[in-house]
Amino acid sequence: MSLKDLISPFYVWQRAFQKPYTQKRPIEERPGAPRYRGFHINLTEECVGCGSCEAICQNHAIDMVKVEGLEPRNGDSGLRPKFDYGRCCWCALCVDICTARSLRLSNHYAWVTEDPDAFHFIAGTDAMPWNQNSLGYRRDDDYHLLTHDRIEMDALSPEESLKGFDEVMKGYTEEQALLEADRCVECGICVATCPAHMSVPDYIKAVRNKDWEGGLKLLYETNPFSTTCGRICTHRCETDCVLGLQGTPIAIRWLKRAIADRVPAERYAEILNDTFTENGKKVAIVGAGPGGMSAAYYLRKQGYGVTVFEAQAHGGGMLRYGVPSYRLPENQLDKDIDYIRSLGVDVRFNTRVGQDVPFSELMDNHDAIFIATGLSSPMKLRIDGEEHPRVVSGLKILDDVAKGQDPGVGKRVAVIGGGNVAMDAARVSRRVGADVTVLYRRRIEDMPADPEEIHESKAEGCHLVPQAIPVKIKDADDPNQVVIVWGEAEMVSDAKGGRPRPVLQEDRMHEETYDTIVSAIGQGGDYDFMGECLGSIEQKWGKFIPGAYQQTGVSKIFVGGDIANSTADAISAVEDGHHAARGIHRFLSEEGLQ
Amino acid sequence: MFEPAAPVDLSSGKYLKLWQGPQHPGITGNMSLELTTCGDEVVACKTHVGYLHRGFEKLMERRTFIQNFTIVCRIAVPEPTFNEYLYAAVVEELSGIKAPERAEWIRTFNLELMRLGSYLMWLGGVGAAFGQSTIYQWTVTHRDYILDLFEEMTGARVYHMYIVPGGVRGRLPEGFEDRARKVLDGVERLLMDVEKILFNNVVFKTRTKGLGVITKDMVDPYGITGPNQRAAGFARDVRRDSPYLMYDEVEWDVITGTASDTYERAWVRLQEMHQGIRIMRQVLDRMPTGGPFQTPLPNVLHWEVPKGETYIKAECTRGEYGYYLVTDGSQYVRRVHVRGPSYTHAIALMEKMAVGTNIADIAGLMVSLHTYPPEIER
Repeated sequence: MSLKDLISPFYVWQRAFQKPYTQKRPIEERPGAPRYRGFHINLTEECVGCGSCEAICQNHAIDMVKVEGLEPRNGDSGLRPKFDYGRCCWCALCVDICTARSLRLSNHYAWVTEDPDAFHFIAGTDAMPWNQNSLGYRRDDDYHLLTHDRIEMDALSPEESLKGFDEVMKGYTEEQALLEADRCVECGICVATCPAHMSVPDYIKAVRNKDWEGGLKLLYETNPFSTTCGRICTHRCETDCVLGLQGTPIAIRWLKRAIADRVPAERYAEILNDTFTENGKKVAIVGAGPGGMSAAYYLRKQGYGVTVFEAQAHGGGMLRYGVPSYRLPENQLDKDIDYIRSLGVDVRFNTRVGQDVPFSELMDNHDAIFIATGLSSPMKLRIDGEEHPRVVSGLKILDDVAKGQDPGVGKRVAVIGGGNVAMDAARVSRRVGADVTVLYRRRIEDMPADPEEIHESKAEGCHLVPQAIPVKIKDADDPNQVVIVWGEAEMVSDAKGGRPRPVLQEDRMHEETYDTIVSAIGQGGDYDFMGECLGSIEQKWGKFIPGAYQQTGVSKIFVGGDIANSTADAISAVEDGHHAARGIHRFLSEEGLQ
Repeated sequence: MFEPAAPVDLSSGKYLKLWQGPQHPGITGNMSLELTTCGDEVVACKTHVGYLHRGFEKLMERRTFIQNFTIVCRIAVPEPTFNEYLYAAVVEELSGIKAPERAEWIRTFNLELMRLGSYLMWLGGVGAAFGQSTIYQWTVTHRDYILDLFEEMTGARVYHMYIVPGGVRGRLPEGFEDRARKVLDGVERLLMDVEKILFNNVVFKTRTKGLGVITKDMVDPYGITGPNQRAAGFARDVRRDSPYLMYDEVEWDVITGTASDTYERAWVRLQEMHQGIRIMRQVLDRMPTGGPFQTPLPNVLHWEVPKGETYIKAECTRGEYGYYLVTDGSQYVRRVHVRGPSYTHAIALMEKMAVGTNIADIAGLMVSLHTYPPEIER
């Protein structure tokens, strides 16, 4: 004890004259820090209602609810998060996980209201005092709870792939598949978009669990062409995948393939265990493409006697004759078709209805008929000189190659068109050693072909010329060659708000000589075999317009596939077949359609 | 319960039962001491806990690995970041994730800032317990400046939820380092003032010197760690003995005392606050300003941590803080055990030390052990 100990405490007076620290609330407001985790704001326009916020919320403070005036559409569930401030702890995990990055917190932290129900509100939709607040917690650009980049699949290099018809995409290794499957947030927005409504999150979960057999069962619930669709599906699901909002969408298609590739064909019967009893009714199917065979599969599973009439020597339709084997090897297509046939589906190859067997016989001997003949007649260019012998259709080239014949295109080829058939015809021509130029009316981004096909075509050396309109085809000096006259086009925006239209610039014309011109601007259908029935079936733009369950005006005739839908892809055909099978079953059973 | 030498006969009229708590008795949180007194001397003490039980360890078994990091901060309210760090560390170890170096620096700063904030509140508490409530107002003000820094850095003042498995949740805000330096300078000046008016105060010295002596032979049997053991002369500190984060990259001293009484414990803590400021200044100088601060995690919505078990400890303000985690390969924790220093300090030790003290000193004695009941009842 010292004198110092007595005097020293009086030092306290030194601070008595300092300005006080206290803030005079509520006269003075103290704003939260710029990063403060205050009240929720949701940018409703950007939110797609994936529900990841609801899934991660540890307090169950978030419910995804229907919002008035907001309709569900592809890529948007139409639901928005509703917060319960009786449960929220403002941890902001919902902000961190938000796939659209639409959810954020304001730095508004004090709120008094006499209405107890007001603490339960839809952020961004209900009027809250902080909705215009521009500060508050956001996810840092370098902080992620999700993996935004896709696991790339190994592929043949363009040089290797040009050497032959080996499959370009090698498929995921198990490790790659697991990593890619791990990215999924299981929102299910893809399910609504998929024409066949495949249970995507469930089968991706099966991949994560390495449950290949369970995955296969899930695939076959909605799609008996899973090996095939795992390779060439137009994967609209991926367009709407919420992971694509900030990065690349989940490779849903490749994960489907990952499952199918891991189950050998010999084990399909044991795993899928498709058992049924014959019900004695008979259904005829015209066309053994994905639509016809899918209908056959689901009808057979319900005990119908199914006969499929196929004009070609093998099944698969456009999948076999329109898709080159470097995208879909034949043995993989056979894997799907052979399993369906193994259930006792009778497929009569080389049997063209209307030629080898009369349509009336189908009508007389079967309880119902499903027609899925596809579009196999190339559309005309409708320009002068189109009948020139050096002008061939894209389908013809693909057909030749599929049948192992030399398409004989020569050294310089021009392909007209921008769809998948055009890209495939171009790539096939590259593989037989030709220099290929692709002429397309609109811009590259307008091309209906899959982006991968466009990318790979370029990588393989196809020369893509957009905004090029063919005008005339004429003889060249050499009888084995042909001259095309084409003009450059300017894109003119459409007054009605439609997509921009190409307009020919007459002063910028080109004349070029090629060995072959490949016309691939689309295909039409040929329905003459149906005879007088045709009059009772509604048609528009060369396609059928079926009613509910794909049923037509002739009650026992159902139609599907490319001839009856606008999308004309394999997955839509599969769904049409499945849907028609349901319709036929209702039609032929007690509960049925009329 | 520590039994007094002679049996207590309450009907004799010689003894009185006195409850301290469970109403919040100061900064020590909601627990109660059942005191048996004779005159103003305490002859027996029994502790009662359970008033804050929220079952964190059980709650965590029902939450996914990412969800848990938002609740661990609540286990020790005045210093949540030690829980955040340790939870992140055990999960990282079992899932084979290593946080980037920048995150380790930020974590080190975060933990030391928390230590300083927690000590400031404690310093105010010890002042208030011995009648010097001015100290409390000063130190809590400066703690608020520290909370301002936390608010800027993490988005919240108390439940920061900033240290996440894999790293931290965001970079430091623009100009943060300068503002942090200013706050540290302010705290340093404050500590010098506090030293003058509290540590050189005849009242404080008289009341605390010799109060609540922890003898050397009590340290290990009672599981005493942290400043409480360092004041008894043990130079043990997890940061030095098994370094984690960036503690072996910076220079600092382990402070020890000898007298091991309430005054000595306060003095050791005061010196540790200076050491903390020293560490933080080095961290601010050396912390990288670029590069990643988070290692990518698996998709947190279905994150499965491989089967395993681990125990990781860190030196919190009050001693050894540890997380024991058992995982079974699923998306959920199989078992988590939180080892906080309060359990040993506030129960067995308190029951022993209370005996023989004056009723008026009980609150000060309890504060001098620096315990938090929520951590006992995790």
